[in-house]
Amino acid sequence: MEKINILTTLVQYLVFPGFLFLAVAGLFVSWADRKLAARMQWRVGPPLLQSWYDIRKLFKKELIIPEGGNTLAFICAPVIALLSIIYAGANLIMILFMQGQIFPGDLFVFLYLLSIPSVCMMLGASASANPYAALGASREMKLILSYELPLLISIIVAALKAHVMSLGLIIQFQMEHLPAIASLSGVLAVAVSMVCIQAKMGMAPFDVSEAETELAGGLFVEYSGPLLAVWKLVKMIAMIVFPLFLVLIFWAGGSLSLVVLKCAGIILIAIIARILSPRVRIDHALTFFWRKVTPWAILALLLAIIGI
Amino acid sequence: MVNAFTQSLFVFHAACSPCNNCDIEILDMLAPRHDVERFGIQLVGSPRHADVLLVSGAVNKKVVHRIKRLYEQTAKPCFVIAVGGCACSEILFRDSYNTCGPLDTILPVDMYIPGCPPKPEAMIAGIVKLMEKLKGKKK
Repeated sequence: MEKINILTTLVQYLVFPGFLFLAVAGLFVSWADRKLAARMQWRVGPPLLQSWYDIRKLFKKELIIPEGGNTLAFICAPVIALLSIIYAGANLIMILFMQGQIFPGDLFVFLYLLSIPSVCMMLGASASANPYAALGASREMKLILSYELPLLISIIVAALKAHVMSLGLIIQFQMEHLPAIASLSGVLAVAVSMVCIQAKMGMAPFDVSEAETELAGGLFVEYSGPLLAVWKLVKMIAMIVFPLFLVLIFWAGGSLSLVVLKCAGIILIAIIARILSPRVRIDHALTFFWRKVTPWAILALLLAIIGI
Repeated sequence: MVNAFTQSLFVFHAACSPCNNCDIEILDMLAPRHDVERFGIQLVGSPRHADVLLVSGAVNKKVVHRIKRLYEQTAKPCFVIAVGGCACSEILFRDSYNTCGPLDTILPVDMYIPGCPPKPEAMIAGIVKLMEKLKGKKK
């Protein structure tokens, strides 16, 4: 019995809904992103397997480890980021299937797990002894400071509506009653958190920390070969996990295909926003989040408290 | 192993004292009209990510150490393409006091694309030839 349990857990984290499933879905979403951008620019765009070709090629390239940096942190950062995003993604999908509570307060565990990739990006960039990477790390830090507060407030809105602090119970409450999005404060919170995950996924207009044209790849400037492939996988998987998190928190319920459809809708909006917008400056991003987004989040919280 | 590079190439643009004409044509090649992304060709900002160095210009004394260093910084295997007449043979700068010879005396060049400047179509044809050469290597 014990053996079977361990085996099912392994399969859950490695195949479905863990690493393999999330990676394949991430490759597909990143292809969709590039193809959509190409079609919107009147181009043909890359073939379906392009993201897979890129990853496969990167795994065959040389891995260069910078001499002046911290080797351990440089290698561990992408691996930890990948593990945490897979753990979070796999557990989110399992909650979706089982619709039960994992343990009280698991909402906070997810919030921490989902912010580990950004922290790891900072860690890896700081460990690579490159001025561009250091600039990218400082920008990423400022971005985290700007988007985490409104995101947290808007998630508290959903928790307030359900009167529980556990993701499983929030989903259950929304299945039995109305989803959080079916109210004014819910709509506001969803809008705020969609802006926040745009920055969390590192997509334009908030791709300031990667900034290919001005920072030469920013955070990832020193990464090459397999470790760069791991970073690319982390970003691709993040494009699925964050929208899924939002759907589960604000708009759970309905059949599986409906949940997939809602996720696809959020991803589509994020992609179109990425294609249509130029990169903002980091100080603009900071003032935007603190002066424009956070007040709306607080307004949503106040409305939720008085029950609108 | 080499076959992986025929479907995905990350290109780094290294301008070594060019007159900017080749560079404008390189940018034209990467722009939406020719859409090289459909072949998996992508411009990257860091030599660590690059598979191909597109080198343009007549390499002079100031820049020769930099291009050597850039080649060393690139993750191997990487390929060097000499874009334009200057990089291929130095044309009219051949006997100049400050140039350091054509590119193939400095780096191992895999592909020459002559022209002053070469058209984007010529560059795409050159990269396709490079891909075919890589496929041939595999056999």
